[in-house]
Amino acid sequence: MTGAQTIVSVACAIALFLMCAAFFLAAWRVVKGPTLPDRIVALDMLTAIAIGFIAVVAIRTGFNLYIDIAIALGLVGFLATVAFARFVLSHGMQPGDADTPEETTASTKARRGGGHARRLH
Amino acid sequence: MRPAVIIAVFTLVWLAVSGSFTIPNLLLGVVASALSLLLIRGHIQPDGRRLRPLKALSLLALFLKELALSAWKVALLVASPKMDLKPGILAFPLTVDRDFEITLLANLITLTPGTLSVDVSGDRKVLYVHALDCSDPAGTRRDIANGFEKKILEAFR
Amino acid sequence: MLDLVLALVVAIMLVAGGVFTFLAALGILRLPDVYTRMHAASKAGTVGSGLMLLAAGIHSLDVAIFTRALAGFVFFVLTAPVAAHLVAKAAHAAGYRLSRLTVMDDMREQAAKKR
Repeated sequence: MTGAQTIVSVACAIALFLMCAAFFLAAWRVVKGPTLPDRIVALDMLTAIAIGFIAVVAIRTGFNLYIDIAIALGLVGFLATVAFARFVLSHGMQPGDADTPEETTASTKARRGGGHARRLH
Repeated sequence: MRPAVIIAVFTLVWLAVSGSFTIPNLLLGVVASALSLLLIRGHIQPDGRRLRPLKALSLLALFLKELALSAWKVALLVASPKMDLKPGILAFPLTVDRDFEITLLANLITLTPGTLSVDVSGDRKVLYVHALDCSDPAGTRRDIANGFEKKILEAFR
Repeated sequence: MLDLVLALVVAIMLVAGGVFTFLAALGILRLPDVYTRMHAASKAGTVGSGLMLLAAGIHSLDVAIFTRALAGFVFFVLTAPVAAHLVAKAAHAAGYRLSRLTVMDDMREQAAKKR
């Protein structure tokens, strides 16, 4: 193995490790939610991570067709996110999504009447 | 832009994506571009918009610089132990008025440090921008107006 | 020699892409609400996976494949803000609240004025 190959394969290993960690973090957000848009954003991120994985696999195996697969996955992921956004827009807020966990009960009551007033002034 | 320019751009993209730089593929690209332009002809208004290549390139350079900077800033923010956030949605009064320019500005804003465009008002006069650091809304508005909006006006007017 | 320089460029892009992707995912986990999370996903995430795709294109040493990777990168850069913008608009229209840290919301005030 030449020096150049060693450098690239070490970089591949580091990148794969980082992306495994990223995959788990994003997956944790999908599971945890708490709201539907949070999950949509996390799923979009998962697609981006998968594209990165495929690019690294393309380098490791030297099989360049993987790049086309990554581009196709990017297209599908974009369309999926757009479809999800349309769903949120047409169906409104999901039941049970009314508040994020860090909100207090006081802000829930103030929600209808411009809940931010307290912090704005 | 005139149809010929659009077809030329489309053909270039076709050549890049198909990855084969031969004469038959070039011709196929031109035919495919003309057909796809025919499909979307109802959605593009042929106006007297001019494109200044040099200014557009300078816009592209600014954009790439800001994209790298914004990824770096978000990464730094997330990696810092105590995230210093003052998020908020601010209204940005638009000077650009064509759909194409508003779309371009909104996309550029999303990929620049700390800002993300959320919505355009119905009359297309105000762009709502979500910013990670809203401690100085006037300064953020000024930055956008003097940065990308000015460059867009220079490149496409 | 050229081999080594090219390998270094590819390696740096790979590691940088990995770091950006990881920090974007960390941001999705750490930031307080959906709007701020979107910042992390649309900027650091796009740059991360785009850098890796470009690295793969450079590593192939083939102009045709590199242009394809470049086209893919441009495509991601074009679509990421559109997706983020659509989700943000939908979330705000559906009434998903901003985090408590939020200092201002011009959009809500505008909507209140109309009512």
